[in-house]
Amino acid sequence: MAQALATPVAPSLSLICNRGGGGSSASPFSALSFPVAAPPKVQGLSIRCARVGGVEIPNNKRVEYSLQYIHGVGRTRARQILCDLGMENKITKDLSEEELTTLRDEVSKYMIEGDLRRFNALNIRRLKEIQCYRGTRHIQGLPCRGQRTKNNCRTLKGKRVTIAGKKKTPR
Amino acid sequence: MTRSLWKGIFVDAFLSKIKDRRDLLSNKKIWSRRSSILPEFVNTTMRIYNGKNFVRSKITEDKVGHKFGEFALTRKRKIHRTNTGSAKKGGKK
Repeated sequence: MAQALATPVAPSLSLICNRGGGGSSASPFSALSFPVAAPPKVQGLSIRCARVGGVEIPNNKRVEYSLQYIHGVGRTRARQILCDLGMENKITKDLSEEELTTLRDEVSKYMIEGDLRRFNALNIRRLKEIQCYRGTRHIQGLPCRGQRTKNNCRTLKGKRVTIAGKKKTPR
Repeated sequence: MTRSLWKGIFVDAFLSKIKDRRDLLSNKKIWSRRSSILPEFVNTTMRIYNGKNFVRSKITEDKVGHKFGEFALTRKRKIHRTNTGSAKKGGKK
């Protein structure tokens, strides 16, 4: 995944570098704003990332899609954010510093990442504490919305465990 | 899907009638599992029917807004024995 993400960055970066090489080498990089000073190293390749809402979002994708890397921002909300800001759906690395700031302000209006995870965990803990039906289902690790459990619901139950010596009912 | 707000919380009529009289509420047998728990019921003990017998449940503040039935399970949990013998009937594949 990281490899696939990283590969398109490199040629585009070199392209920028070449353009910069003609005039002064420092100026295009100062115009391009990357808030992360030290780019994180992933598998030896450096990916420059914009930080929005405390998470790094991929640079070489359009804003609508790179916003979805934030926990709590999905397709609808990403589109909603862009709509509210009236922002063009650019590739994330082309965003200016002001645009990033407005984006950050907009994103911080919603409950995202750690807050959201804590909120959900607290709600589940409350259900467990009051020992209601949903809470007990959470404790048992079974679906709590009335799905069938005779078969399926492998997401919650995990991998199938075969029981030795269990036979089919004779007919 | 959640219930419409204009309808209000569903409580069976007999419960809503006696909701202010705590002496009647305490240790009351409740068959109406479908009724919501009102804030007035807090700090009482109710006995909720589960289809067979009554399950004692202390109503705390956290339980407000849930239904009575959520606190009395209707099914017995089948306990699977880990060390299964050779003859086991009724097993499903």
